[in-house]
Amino acid sequence: MTAATSAAPAGAAPSREPGTGIARPIRDVWAMTRRNLVHISREPTQLSDVTVQPVLFTALFVYIFGGGIPIPHGAYKDFVLAGMLSLNLVTSTMGTGVGLSSDLHEGIINRFRALPMWRASVLVGRSLADLATFFLCALIVGLTGLVVGWRPDAGLGSIVGGFALVLFFAYSLTWIAMCVGLNSKSPESAASVGFIVVFPLAIVSNAMIPTQHMPGWLRVVADWNPVSAVTAGARQLWGNPNPSAAISAWPMQHPVLAGAAWSAFILAVAAPFAAWLFRRRTTE
Amino acid sequence: MSRDVIEVEALTKRYGETQALAGVDFSVPAGKLLGLLGPNGAGKTTAVRVLTTLALPDSGRAAVAGIDVVRHPAQVRRRIGMAAQDATLDRLLTGRQNLVLVGELSGMGRRLARARARELLGQFELTGAADRVVNGYSGGMRRRLDVAASLMARPPVLFLDEPTTGLDPASRQRVWEAVRRLLAEGVTVLLTTQYLEEADALADRIVVIDRGRVVADDTPQGLKEASRDARLEVTLTAPSPDAVATVARLASGAVEVSDGGRRLGAGVDPVPGLATSIVRALDRAGVVVDNVEVRQPSLDDVFFALTGGHLGDGTPDEPGSGHRAGQAPEGVRA
Repeated sequence: MTAATSAAPAGAAPSREPGTGIARPIRDVWAMTRRNLVHISREPTQLSDVTVQPVLFTALFVYIFGGGIPIPHGAYKDFVLAGMLSLNLVTSTMGTGVGLSSDLHEGIINRFRALPMWRASVLVGRSLADLATFFLCALIVGLTGLVVGWRPDAGLGSIVGGFALVLFFAYSLTWIAMCVGLNSKSPESAASVGFIVVFPLAIVSNAMIPTQHMPGWLRVVADWNPVSAVTAGARQLWGNPNPSAAISAWPMQHPVLAGAAWSAFILAVAAPFAAWLFRRRTTE
Repeated sequence: MSRDVIEVEALTKRYGETQALAGVDFSVPAGKLLGLLGPNGAGKTTAVRVLTTLALPDSGRAAVAGIDVVRHPAQVRRRIGMAAQDATLDRLLTGRQNLVLVGELSGMGRRLARARARELLGQFELTGAADRVVNGYSGGMRRRLDVAASLMARPPVLFLDEPTTGLDPASRQRVWEAVRRLLAEGVTVLLTTQYLEEADALADRIVVIDRGRVVADDTPQGLKEASRDARLEVTLTAPSPDAVATVARLASGAVEVSDGGRRLGAGVDPVPGLATSIVRALDRAGVVVDNVEVRQPSLDDVFFALTGGHLGDGTPDEPGSGHRAGQAPEGVRA
């Protein structure tokens, strides 16, 4: 009698075969995504950065800065909406790292690690659940924009493309956020490190103000900042005023391409790095 | 040929300065329960972590169902269930959602996972709380749910790491009943515990580990018999160094002093007339005695003898006071 059969308990053991090919990882990712969505629904206050904050930021910027910042060939409200989409999404991404960090501090991570699941679904599932909240954020930014008078001047496909460009970028940033979370000792430190990463990224850009009036060196940084690329890309796709088009830096001349390339590059580097960090963090 | 389902050979594992496992060997035959017993920090949890693929050993070999845990961890994971010491549950999911998630991640279909979850919630008397968030569960409910989660995919090998620590007696009984049912189904179980009573009640064999080493490997009965010594307990009216010296002459090992010097305990050779000679000897020494008790060794006594009387941080039964009572100050040891 072999060990395997003698060890099997009486009664039919349900199939727990690894599954074939790609089907099993997809099922694991889907299960983990649903798990994280349930988490979000349990703590709706955590959703405030994708629900309340977009309304607040958009209204504040339009009404407070709108009068003071002249935009060539257009209105500030039409200029700033793409910036509001970037700002709100970029600042939300670091929550992904905080969430992952708290998972690592709960006993549940041991349960996952002892299960015959695709390990990376812990990361992929979390990024996808957060992407779902980013869609909600984008919707709220768009609706708030329409209420305060933002009007895109482009076809539907182009408008959707503008949203997709910024969402793809935000998704790529969740993987940087997870790298931060995997390197942090606690969810609190993940939050503060994440803020230090994200805040300059969001501010030193063309999101809220044209870069033309920045000091020279800062302007170079801003013009090559991926946040500027996706924001200018969205403005271009929405047919909104885009003062960056007058800047000769390559990303400002090709903002859609540059924004997509930045996002793809970040994803290609950060995702394998996060997977490596996860393996290292969960090996003892 | 029947191989052991769990095999551990010369296993070592170091965490920084701590040698958690210093060469541990044990094995568990199919369908049996091995009780891994030891004080806090003895290495019980580390052994379980290696066997459940959560930790890599520094050296030695560990295999589950004939599969090496280091070389083929994914195959091992398909055959094991685990209930860990720090309940491995998702606090924000309901009990039912926890079980279904574990089922799905074990490769069960969603429908099968739901049916199995319903069955286990019933078995562990959690049906009423099934759709409540785990955050609101009591400690006992969490432990029961954790054990239920480990059973979702009907694993042939089960690891239970202190499954009843901190449980009230009724909850403990429920976990014990569940474990007995599993044994009847042929599941092989490794159970770690600090409770001698638990190991005595459930285990076919007990391995005692202390400071990363196996100090005993025997049946519960064999362990008790191995300690032939009877147990002497003397309660004095007032603390007395003379009494300690007198008892030390009769004792076969160290004299443990507790209760501010009023209680003396020791292993003694069970010769005829033992109690009489003790009382006479104490009387000659001018010691006033409240109580003298000579009894057969309990598993507790065996455990204390094997682990040298130290018991991690806090004994299960009387946390706080038990620690000091069990650990005789070095100075008064004879």
